Amino acid sequence: MSQTVKNLALAKAINESLRRALETDPKVLIMGEDVGKLGGVFRVTDGLQKDFGEDRVIDTPLAESGIVGTAIGLALRGYRPVVEIQFDGFVFPAYDQIVTQLAKMHARSLGKVRLPVVIRIPYGGGIGAVEHHSESPEALFAHVAGLKVVSPSNASDAYWMLQQAIQSDDPVIYFEPKRRYWDKGEVDTEAIPGPLHTARVVREGTDLTLAAYGPMVKLCREVADAAAEEGRSLEVLDLRSVSPLDFDTVQASVEKTGRLVVVHEAPVFFGSGAEIAARITERCFYHLEAPVLRVGGYHAPYPPARLEEEYLPDLDRVLDAVDRSLAY
Amino acid sequence: MTVESTAARKPRRSAGGKASTTGTKRTTRTTAKKGSETQLVQLLTPEGKRVKNAADAEYASYVDGITADELRALYRDMVLTRRFDAEATSLQRQGELGLWASLLGQEAAQIGSGRATREDDYVFPTYREHGVAWCRGVDPTNLLGMFRGVNNGGWDPNGNNFHLYTIVIGSQALHATGYAMGVAKDGADSAVIAYFGDGASSQGDVSEAFNFAAVYNAPVVFFCQNNQWAISESNEKQTRVPLYQRAQGFGFPGVRVDGNDVLASLAVTRWALERARRGEGPALIEAFTYRMGAHTTSDDPSRYRHDDERAAWEAKDPILRLRRHLEADGHADEAFFGELEAESETLGRRVREAVRAMPDPDRFAVFENVYADGHALVDEERAQFAAYQASFADSEGV
Ligand SMILES: Cc1ncc(C[n+]2csc(CCOP(=O)(O)OP(=O)(O)O)c2C)c(N)n1
Repeated sequence: MSQTVKNLALAKAINESLRRALETDPKVLIMGEDVGKLGGVFRVTDGLQKDFGEDRVIDTPLAESGIVGTAIGLALRGYRPVVEIQFDGFVFPAYDQIVTQLAKMHARSLGKVRLPVVIRIPYGGGIGAVEHHSESPEALFAHVAGLKVVSPSNASDAYWMLQQAIQSDDPVIYFEPKRRYWDKGEVDTEAIPGPLHTARVVREGTDLTLAAYGPMVKLCREVADAAAEEGRSLEVLDLRSVSPLDFDTVQASVEKTGRLVVVHEAPVFFGSGAEIAARITERCFYHLEAPVLRVGGYHAPYPPARLEEEYLPDLDRVLDAVDRSLAY
Repeated sequence: MTVESTAARKPRRSAGGKASTTGTKRTTRTTAKKGSETQLVQLLTPEGKRVKNAADAEYASYVDGITADELRALYRDMVLTRRFDAEATSLQRQGELGLWASLLGQEAAQIGSGRATREDDYVFPTYREHGVAWCRGVDPTNLLGMFRGVNNGGWDPNGNNFHLYTIVIGSQALHATGYAMGVAKDGADSAVIAYFGDGASSQGDVSEAFNFAAVYNAPVVFFCQNNQWAISESNEKQTRVPLYQRAQGFGFPGVRVDGNDVLASLAVTRWALERARRGEGPALIEAFTYRMGAHTTSDDPSRYRHDDERAAWEAKDPILRLRRHLEADGHADEAFFGELEAESETLGRRVREAVRAMPDPDRFAVFENVYADGHALVDEERAQFAAYQASFADSEGV
């Protein structure tokens, strides 16, 4: 292992990435509820206020609209705020600011105004939490022009994609797979990262493509392992970015395998899988051996913790979709 | 004396306030005017002495005739609520609950205000109002379902006029206001009370609720339990003026009450509810109290506050205070305390058994009550889910 390669938990990789951003650019600010002394409820910002002070790592009042609205103002003044929304379900008080203001100001100003604001949101389920702590609202943001939406699945991407999001002059919604916060992985802090919005083939295969992002990438790798035992060769894509979405990589994979299953935690209805299915059907109609299938949440509120295992895609549900696709 | 200065009650400035590495150094803004005294309505001192003072006379009049029986009942409510809360905390430790938000230290604010409500009043809680739920007659075991993860509510809000817990901070202040607007339209003389924390006072929804309530003269009482902390953030990260003073800017009265004094909490809430019923509009009560435990069982308060702060507040313990009063005035004897002890144990046991016996929800519950009228997509997904489940049953049968 080289000097610059560290083995970090995903949350710690984000912490180090934030530290690096604060060190390299004096205009970078961290803002949010409990991000200071507590280091955030997941400790993602641990130690940053101690080292960079209360002017750069800002404990805000308990007001999401206020957090995002003032971040917009700070960005107008030349700062690069990285704001933390404590949990997925609490972004909605800020949704108005994000959708009506943050997303549109660049266009409204004829390109004169740039809003380099990053909104970090721990998202998704599987941690046994109470209501509003387990949701996957990425489609609600991807649907809005002017926002970029990304989600890392591993520590290295968590580190590098955040660097790139902070450097981007566009607003980026950075969804953190909270149930993977404690998963460790290698991070090379001197690496030259690939482009932010490019999908990656994480496992090659020939029979079917599984496409996922964020928390579902790990599951899809497990599915591919399980399928391999049955003699099936699945290709796994980590989409990494939901908007823009790298359809070229998906297309190339589907042209090879002829089959696609998209997996996400969010409800299937009007979800990102719907967009992927539609585009890939347009692009790969003659290559497809089966309709594009989707595995995700139901058209129901995220259930109480004791039912989330029924609700969330798991190994069996994805394998079931794989079987259905292969049966065509 | 019932008057305490804000400065004296203010939590210490954050110890980690290191100089920043960039930017201009700013002088610290003064918060409240130096020397400005903040009125705190208190009827029982921490030593349990009944205080009478001219400034509080109007509120005190609402508990003037209180009997020894009634005082003992308040004491019983607080003791049982604390016992319930302690049981829930240990059930969480034992893995029976996924999470618990303890009310330890806030019993007087909750029991005092809760007992001030009338049966036809309507209560909108946040998620820590276990004592208010108790006063409303909600079976405490029903409060545990959402913390165990078997449901997202657990009781019929209309059964006891006690709305479901609300996790998104501040939302329910608007619901309470709208409900109160409806009460006024109906010409009814009930009142509505909305509970929230000091952190919630920062949310736009809460300010909007204040404004709607004032504009429509809605019969709603805003009951803010200022327990000093919003997770790790102290009051000074939420507000630069004492919270009760916010009301003035919206055009209705605000009062700060000693939230560890059950009698004062009862009196002030009765005052506010009764003026709401008389058509005199909203009021804001700031119950000045303290969260003695962690924010929730997932929180680690040692990261942001010192033990000596808790110790200072323990000296103002709401239960101890009333006990001292009962004993000093000969309102309760050993037998009473002994029986209550036994009753507490019984409650603890009942709660423990009820939680352990609480079944996991049926898997099809995911699809229940998504719509009142039904929805074709939900029906389709339920059917797919059933077929999928059945496929396991088949293979298990083989
Ligand atoms: C809109 C929203 N943002 C963030 C949270 C996460 N959160 C839960 S409780 C809490 C602090 C609440 O403090 P306060 O209003 O003072 O009430 P307390 O818990 O102290 O009674 C926070 C930030 C939330 N539940 N809702």
